[in-house]
Amino acid sequence: MIRTTQLAYGYQGQAAIRFPDLDLAQAGVLLLQGPSGSGKSTWLALAAGLLRAGGGSMLVAGQDLGLLQGSALDAWRARAIGFLPQKLHLSSALTVQGNLELAQWAAGAAADGEAVRRTLHALGLADLAQRRPDQLSGGQAQRVALARAVLLNPRVILADEPTASLDDTAAGAALQLLGATAHRLQATLVIATHDARVAQALPAAQLCRIGVQSIEPAGVGG
Amino acid sequence: MNVLSLALRYLVARPLAAGLNLLLLSLGLGSITFLLLVSTQIDRAFERDLAGIDVVVGAKGSPMQLILAGVFHIDVPTGNIPLEAVQQLAENPQVAQLIPISLGDTFRGFRIVGTTPAYATHYAATLASGALWSQPMQAVAGAQAAATTGLAVGASFIGSHGLGGTGHAHGDHPYQVTGVLARCGCVLDRLILTATESVWQVHEKSTALDAEDQKIMEAEREVTLALIRYKSPLAAVTFPRLVNTTTEMQAAAPAVEITRLLRMVGVGTEVLRGFAAVLLLTAGLSVFIALWNAVRERRADLAMLRMLGAAPAKVAGLVLCEALLLAVIATALGLAAGHLLTELVGSWLQSERSLPLTGWIWLSAEWWVLALGAGVALLAALFPAVGAYRLDVTTLLNSR
Repeated sequence: MIRTTQLAYGYQGQAAIRFPDLDLAQAGVLLLQGPSGSGKSTWLALAAGLLRAGGGSMLVAGQDLGLLQGSALDAWRARAIGFLPQKLHLSSALTVQGNLELAQWAAGAAADGEAVRRTLHALGLADLAQRRPDQLSGGQAQRVALARAVLLNPRVILADEPTASLDDTAAGAALQLLGATAHRLQATLVIATHDARVAQALPAAQLCRIGVQSIEPAGVGG
Repeated sequence: MNVLSLALRYLVARPLAAGLNLLLLSLGLGSITFLLLVSTQIDRAFERDLAGIDVVVGAKGSPMQLILAGVFHIDVPTGNIPLEAVQQLAENPQVAQLIPISLGDTFRGFRIVGTTPAYATHYAATLASGALWSQPMQAVAGAQAAATTGLAVGASFIGSHGLGGTGHAHGDHPYQVTGVLARCGCVLDRLILTATESVWQVHEKSTALDAEDQKIMEAEREVTLALIRYKSPLAAVTFPRLVNTTTEMQAAAPAVEITRLLRMVGVGTEVLRGFAAVLLLTAGLSVFIALWNAVRERRADLAMLRMLGAAPAKVAGLVLCEALLLAVIATALGLAAGHLLTELVGSWLQSERSLPLTGWIWLSAEWWVLALGAGVALLAALFPAVGAYRLDVTTLLNSR
């Protein structure tokens, strides 16, 4: 679940961005929409505990982020958040399997080869485990990044423009997989996007328009 | 996966940069190891061979040459001195012990030294087999001389005239080996010892024209030099002056000459050490640039690590670990190269019957080479690591 109340964040020398209040149930789907520069990335950074709110409160996966700091925040993020960045940042020095093991190492979790195998299998990547990122297609690489994001069974999955560079077919497949994976894990899914195809593919998602102060069901807002 | 295997994979992923840094670091550390091994062993050899010899008396000439020839046996002597004069010195009340040394012949490059059993006793040499000589034309081989030439108790050999080993053979005067010395790690290892009388006998018989001539030669017998130990350190003030002013001989203090020699050689050593330091500095800069670039290139990857839950210290630790791993591998390679080079130089010196030098030793000072390697690498990694520590993770969200 995610609940925000009067959430605001101000970059130095700029007017504070005020975010609409929202209340999203666990396993719900939220689309963050808004033009470039409206604050979608800032909202994701706040939800991941990478930035501290300048005002208001933010509850993510049952945790009031205002109460955490330092290594406690890092540890919480490792367990609670799965992040799918737009640019995937798979380490080219490591294989697909290595990139997933890297996530376990970064989170301070014990090495769990079985969990890596299970996750790769669930996302149809079992045959690609020993490939390097530069040996993958764009769609395969994105699935690997998603596998990395969900390896530790996060409560919340944050996806930043997951369809930005994909054609209609690939975008549909990516969103289908993202939704199915979140559903399987019963994780809350937040997608920051300005791609209209996303809202169409996920009609049940809650919409949060940043920069226009409104929250509405996807079917209504369009 | 652990930090070490991860650092290793990052290094392997950039083979050219990692290889270049390894090469530079290894060269610097190898040079330092080589200098350390050589200078320590030469110092030790000098110290060991000089122990208990207060002054060397020989023919006038270069005092350093006299020491190098008489104590270390790595130079030709300045000439000979009359036996009678040496016997007078032995009776001087300031002299506790006088060991005569007669040089002139070699056997396969190993010097045949005419002396008294006191010479072997002076270095506390023990016999590996056989016994010391009891009469002229009997010889005892040092450990290295015996091992190289195959001399053993009961064997006989013929010395060749001159210290260069190219002179004519004294064919009529074979030596009989009565003993082989155990390895002492001192100059005796590469010598063949015999009675002083043997040297006289060989040369008088081979050069005397007739019986009359031989009698004249016997009356004018000489030795090459004398190693002297004082009764009291006070003698160092008066004894050399006595020899230098009242006789045709010269007295040279080994300690003074070796200090002079090491000071001269020391300039070369300092230059080499400076060169090694420049190499290390270059290596440090190279590691710095490589890591700095790696952190810049991997900024987003490192930010991703933070996103995945790694604390800033963990990310910085990864960068430091990469440098440290490089240092450990480079130190191992550098130490191996330094020892190998020392062993090669040692083998060459051994074939020249010169100072003993080996790569098969470990000096406690070599731990400092490891510390130096790690220090240079960590210093070079410090700024990149701080950069990784302070990484702004939100850049991850802005990279498109």
